[in-house]
Amino acid sequence: MPHFAIIAVSILFDGLAYAMFLFITSVGLSITMGLMGFVNLAHGAFAMAGGYIVVTLTRNFGIGFVPSLAIAAVSVGAISVVFERGLYRKLYKATDLEQVLLTIGLAFMAIATATYLYGPIPKSVPLPDWLQGDINLGFRSFPSYRAFLIALGVVLISVLWYAFERTNIGAKIRAAVDNRRMAESVGINVDLLFTLTFAVGSGLAALGGGLAIQLFGLSPSFAVLYLVLFLIVVAVGGLGSLKGTLLAALVIGIIDTGGKYLLAEAGGFFIYAITVAVLLVKPAGFYGRE
Amino acid sequence: MSDSKTADRVPPPLAGAGRQQVRDRAAAYLLSRHHFRWSEALPWIAAIAAFFLFPDRMTFGSQVVIMIIFALSLDLILGYAGIVTLGHAAFFGIGAYTVGLGAARLGWSEPISGLVAAALASALVGFISGWFLLRYRGLTLLMLTLATAIMLQETGNLRSDFSGGYDGLPGLEFKPLFGVFDYDLYGHTYYLYALAVLAIVFYGVRRIVYSPFGQALTGIRENVKRMHAIGSPVHWRLVTVYTIAAGIAGIAGALFTQTNAYVTLTVFDFDNSAKVMVMLILGGTGRLYGAFLGATVYMVLEDHLSKMSPTFWQFGIGLMLVLAVLFARRGVLGLFEDIGQYFKRSRS
Repeated sequence: MPHFAIIAVSILFDGLAYAMFLFITSVGLSITMGLMGFVNLAHGAFAMAGGYIVVTLTRNFGIGFVPSLAIAAVSVGAISVVFERGLYRKLYKATDLEQVLLTIGLAFMAIATATYLYGPIPKSVPLPDWLQGDINLGFRSFPSYRAFLIALGVVLISVLWYAFERTNIGAKIRAAVDNRRMAESVGINVDLLFTLTFAVGSGLAALGGGLAIQLFGLSPSFAVLYLVLFLIVVAVGGLGSLKGTLLAALVIGIIDTGGKYLLAEAGGFFIYAITVAVLLVKPAGFYGRE
Repeated sequence: MSDSKTADRVPPPLAGAGRQQVRDRAAAYLLSRHHFRWSEALPWIAAIAAFFLFPDRMTFGSQVVIMIIFALSLDLILGYAGIVTLGHAAFFGIGAYTVGLGAARLGWSEPISGLVAAALASALVGFISGWFLLRYRGLTLLMLTLATAIMLQETGNLRSDFSGGYDGLPGLEFKPLFGVFDYDLYGHTYYLYALAVLAIVFYGVRRIVYSPFGQALTGIRENVKRMHAIGSPVHWRLVTVYTIAAGIAGIAGALFTQTNAYVTLTVFDFDNSAKVMVMLILGGTGRLYGAFLGATVYMVLEDHLSKMSPTFWQFGIGLMLVLAVLFARRGVLGLFEDIGQYFKRSRS
């Protein structure tokens, strides 16, 4: 196989795995922002919390990696309801600035708490045997963890797509994103719907945080460092759009991976250049409403 | 931000007054705001007093003054024009690197012309980016401003042979001020130099804010649709103020490089943008002296607490932000005002 083809396949494979992580973590943010227009900069902190729960469960309690992921997702989803009901709710009608400040404040507090509890050094997580090593596809072998990530992403996308497009609750969410007042006046309880999507979105973020440990390592700065990426995916994809978030995650994931393979010195430059280009042409993102 | 400030309250229109009379009253009102009040001397007296009270802490003092200038520039766009940005550090960084690269690569070490060059360079970047970005609002604007700052940082890192990358440009040397006043070990010259620059910048900002142009900015912040409806050139006004604020942030950045004699790419960090916003919010937005109080309180707290425990300090900033949003949306100065109002009311 020619050299450039191998590189292309590697970029595609790694980019796809990266895109799945971005999608899983950002999709909740996109839907909740689409529903309430709430700028939630603490989303990365929920992802980080999920990561640290996975670290604690696997290292200190000897629970397996996959069950830990599930526990982290469920518990962070449950905790997020407390924040939503207690704090966020007060600021739905406030300005962007106030929402930004409140959630940045929460993110700072989360980072400080994580530093206090776990220290600033990046953590790793013990993986089960079947996630270590490589899968050989004849011409090249791929790390099985990334293959697992892609498979999990595909499953989650299918489930979310079904829930969003084919169930009653999904139809209600789409209606509320489209026109919140109209949805409320036909009797949809948008507040309750929002709490539900917020919990699911935060749970998925926690899952993403747990999955990210093996990819990037987990340190307290995760909450802000990767938040920028999640926000970019949301803004480029368009608020409240499942399709848009997926497309944006794929574009950003694959292009960033490609950039790092081919021109490592440029760092994250490509992501930001693409973000600016897309948003200048389509200010509301790929599938957002103007 | 709909809370009206007592100082800005326009007198009620006269019943049956002619058009000319109304105009005269409006002009008199705008002029009256330019008068200095006695209380406005307080921060300056405090700044001079600090020079004599803490002569050995003047290096720190000049950092505080630099952050006041930076916060003041943010107040102009955030507090008055209502532009929410997450990338204001971009202009601070451009200013810092104009002076830094000038001194390191071109041997341009005259400080005052460097300051002017930094202001012009950042104003130019502010004008170009503002022209494109200020059409957008909300999340899109937040992301675009943030992306601009990070792209500048990445560009610097890409050409690290020229910019010094994250290792920065250490050991820069600058000529004495006016060729006479050299820099001493305790930073006395720097402090007075930065304070003088602050005074000039502040005079400019104060004039802008109380001018009809400043009034139009407040109008855009409060109700952009109505400003469009009365024919105000909204986009042009926003670009103008963004350019001015960028230039001032560039001056702050240039002073930062000159006083520290080094600069690294971390000046473009998101942390730097967030920090200046926190300062301004703590002091109070849209009230000129909010920047003074916020930057001073923040820097002094940071100086004390971050030495004790950086973790505790970070938690503290977060908590302060949450509490400020929930209970004191107009900052410390707004809180003082509320307390003053409360006592006035309870007395009468």
